[in-house]
Amino acid sequence: MSKILVAQTVVKRFGGLMAVKDLELEIEDKSIFSVIGPNGAGKTTFFNCVTGFYKPDGGDILFQGQSIAGKSPDQITKLGIARTYQNIRLFANMTALENVLVGQHIHLSAGLVGSILHTKAMRAEEAAAVAEAKRLLQFVALTGKGDFLSKNLPYGDQRRLEIARALATKPKLLLLDEPTAGMNPREAEDMKGFIRRLRDELQITILLIEHHMRVVMGISERIAVLDYGEKIAEGNPAEIQNNPRVIEAYLGRGGAAEDHRTAGSIPATAAS
Amino acid sequence: MKTQPATVFQTSMRFGLIGGGAAVLFSLVGMVEVFGQRTIIGGVVSMGQAFVAIAMLLSAYAAARQLSSVSSSAMLTAGGLTGVTVGALLAALVLLGTSINIRDVFVSASPPLFELLSFGQSPVPGMLLLLVAGMTMGLAAAALLFLSPAMRSTAISVLLAVGVVGLLADLLRIIISQWAYVAPLVEWVFSGKGLSVPGALAIAAVVIGLDVLANRRRNKAHNLAALPATALQKRMRTGALMALLLVLPLLLGTYVSEVLDQVGLYVLMGLGLNVVVGFAGLLDLGYVGFFAIGAYVMGMLTSPELGLASLSWWSALPIAVGVTVLAGMLLGVPVLNMRGDYLAIVTLGFGEIIRLLALSDALRPWTGGSQGIQLIAKPVVGTVVLDDQLKLYYLILAGCLLAGFISSRLRDSRLGRAWMAMREDEDVAQAIGINLVATKLLAFSVGAAFGGLSGAIFAAKLGAIYPNSFGLLISINVLALLIIGGMGSIRGVIVGALVLVGLPELLREFAEFRLLVYGALLVMMMLYRPQGLWPEEARKLEAHGDGDNSNGDQTAAIPA
Ligand SMILES: Nc1ncnc2c1ncn2[C@@H]1O[C@H](COP(=O)(O)OP(=O)(O)O)[C@@H](O)[C@H]1O
Ligand SMILES: [Mg+2]
Repeated sequence: MSKILVAQTVVKRFGGLMAVKDLELEIEDKSIFSVIGPNGAGKTTFFNCVTGFYKPDGGDILFQGQSIAGKSPDQITKLGIARTYQNIRLFANMTALENVLVGQHIHLSAGLVGSILHTKAMRAEEAAAVAEAKRLLQFVALTGKGDFLSKNLPYGDQRRLEIARALATKPKLLLLDEPTAGMNPREAEDMKGFIRRLRDELQITILLIEHHMRVVMGISERIAVLDYGEKIAEGNPAEIQNNPRVIEAYLGRGGAAEDHRTAGSIPATAAS
Repeated sequence: MKTQPATVFQTSMRFGLIGGGAAVLFSLVGMVEVFGQRTIIGGVVSMGQAFVAIAMLLSAYAAARQLSSVSSSAMLTAGGLTGVTVGALLAALVLLGTSINIRDVFVSASPPLFELLSFGQSPVPGMLLLLVAGMTMGLAAAALLFLSPAMRSTAISVLLAVGVVGLLADLLRIIISQWAYVAPLVEWVFSGKGLSVPGALAIAAVVIGLDVLANRRRNKAHNLAALPATALQKRMRTGALMALLLVLPLLLGTYVSEVLDQVGLYVLMGLGLNVVVGFAGLLDLGYVGFFAIGAYVMGMLTSPELGLASLSWWSALPIAVGVTVLAGMLLGVPVLNMRGDYLAIVTLGFGEIIRLLALSDALRPWTGGSQGIQLIAKPVVGTVVLDDQLKLYYLILAGCLLAGFISSRLRDSRLGRAWMAMREDEDVAQAIGINLVATKLLAFSVGAAFGGLSGAIFAAKLGAIYPNSFGLLISINVLALLIIGGMGSIRGVIVGALVLVGLPELLREFAEFRLLVYGALLVMMMLYRPQGLWPEEARKLEAHGDGDNSNGDQTAAIPA
């Protein structure tokens, strides 16, 4: 049983604020691991530490046994970690196909001279890249939309295009930051199946931040709960659903209006 | 909806005051008077009058269009009223200018201006004429809206064609006189200055004829479900364009060749800056620095005057371009972590530093200081010395074609996509695996190379260079032509250079008001056409025409 990602007492501060506090996580290879917690708990900040957007202020992050804390985002991507963003960040004025082609950047080799001269090797590489991009678009059910500017795609399509772009880097570990945000229950259900397929068919380990509890409980093997930057619980879905500290974090605080009779199960869609 | 007189009145006033204000402004800064010396149709319309007429037409057209959902009478009323308002503001200017002396403040408020504005009459009848003209123009503009779109576009084309031909009359006359067969036409089409009345009518007839033909063809093509151009058609079109570019200066003569040379040098710079700003999104305000380095290295290496070296132009060229590329990287390194405004300011400084270095006394033995460098070598091809506008045109054309070719190849490559990704979102681009350092430095290098090439040709063309030829205005010109043509658009660079460099050369009067026109043009572009005059199409169907769009199964749901 190998751990693909290990976080050791990771700390991230913003001024006086401890956004992530001594976080310990171990993520099993080829598992689906979810991170949940109220807004502002530090989930996205942790993702940003893993992907090199932030350098942790303390602790270490090991990817396949190798320390990646403080490496630059492009280096980390080359090692095999890809991500999507809570608020979609596509290359808006590029087509869907181009977005996926950019995703393949690290696996292509054409340089300045080859591109200008259109060498045979370069043309072959480019044709293969386009074919691969179309295959990925098909995989995320965007067949035929390759020529649309990504900003002109509907919201759900944009979410899936972002995943296709991440897949194009051929990741071993994929970080999804609220992939069902803004989706209705039916779309969220589709997304759930799709995420499971990523793991089952492509053998990619999934690290998921998610608010839709049906999705989280339905596909995660393990779940970690963050609150105020700290991990307050970890376990399988059943353990998390019945953990009093988790229920307290979601329901107990401020939300006096919340109906406490539902205590014992986390509401289907928690805090937003 | 019932016509509301108040709305009609308000709309007319608003547009009338805007149009009238613009007309008064242009009169007071002297544009109307300067243009008054250019005739469009001999004895009928001068450019100055056309200017006033355009203000009336445009504002009335805008006002009438705003009311197009109300009623046709409202549109006509608004058109007329708007035109009259513009006329009234100009009449007020005439009254003011002829009764008291405002020349102390407005230097251009001279008697000739008022004479022009009052149609050569004394002030009172002149003012009445202005009101009548305003009313007529306003009604005419509103009437345009009642035409079918096809007829309207024909009418506008006719006005534009007559205007442009009239404006360029002096030039066209010289050009046409060189063509033996049509030379006799010259006397008939042109009169003294500008077009003759029959000439104007003939042009109108030709434009209408062409328009009808084009419409008929378009309809036919429409019925055939307009097929995209085949590879052969594309190649033929390219061939025709090339042939045209090759013979153009031969047909048009020396003066136009000179203008084309300048346009070409700016196209070259524009293509370079387009890589940096348009593709990679790195706002560089010191682009003239690369132009200067290319020119100066060429000067240093080829001018016997300085006694540094006297290489031939061709052997100095790779060194000049190479040094410029190096400078591009040197500029690139310190600004790697800068974005937006900071990058702009630092590059702005870079451009000035290069100019000041060229000017400095300390470097005089190498750069010639304020005296510049003379006796710069001309390029020699075989036994031909490229020493006049015409021969240099072909060198510049070759340079532009090369730069355009490289730009388009790079745009559609892995590197071009990395640049565009960086432009769209630098952080995400890095997170997708793009090495920002290498990618930015490559953009600066390619941009610098084109600028250096342009500078090297510029140095040879003039034979002498001075620090003051490399001012900030060049950077601004190049950036402005990108904005006008369309950021990131290769063909837009050409359009931008023609509009910003070509037109002012042909209409010398513009030169004086260049910055004013730039400003107005840029503001209008930002408001009404931020994508530029000729943007790259979303590259739909073009770049990836191999069917991703044809057999799409759009209903595929996410497999669950
Ligand atoms: N770049 C930043 N600068 C300052 N504070 C930040 C920054 N990013 C996040 N924070 C703060 O860190 C905390 C955790 O934020 P975040 O990781 O986005 O939460 P989550 O994704 O769990 O909703 C919040 O209080 C947020 O305001
Ligand atoms: Mg978040």
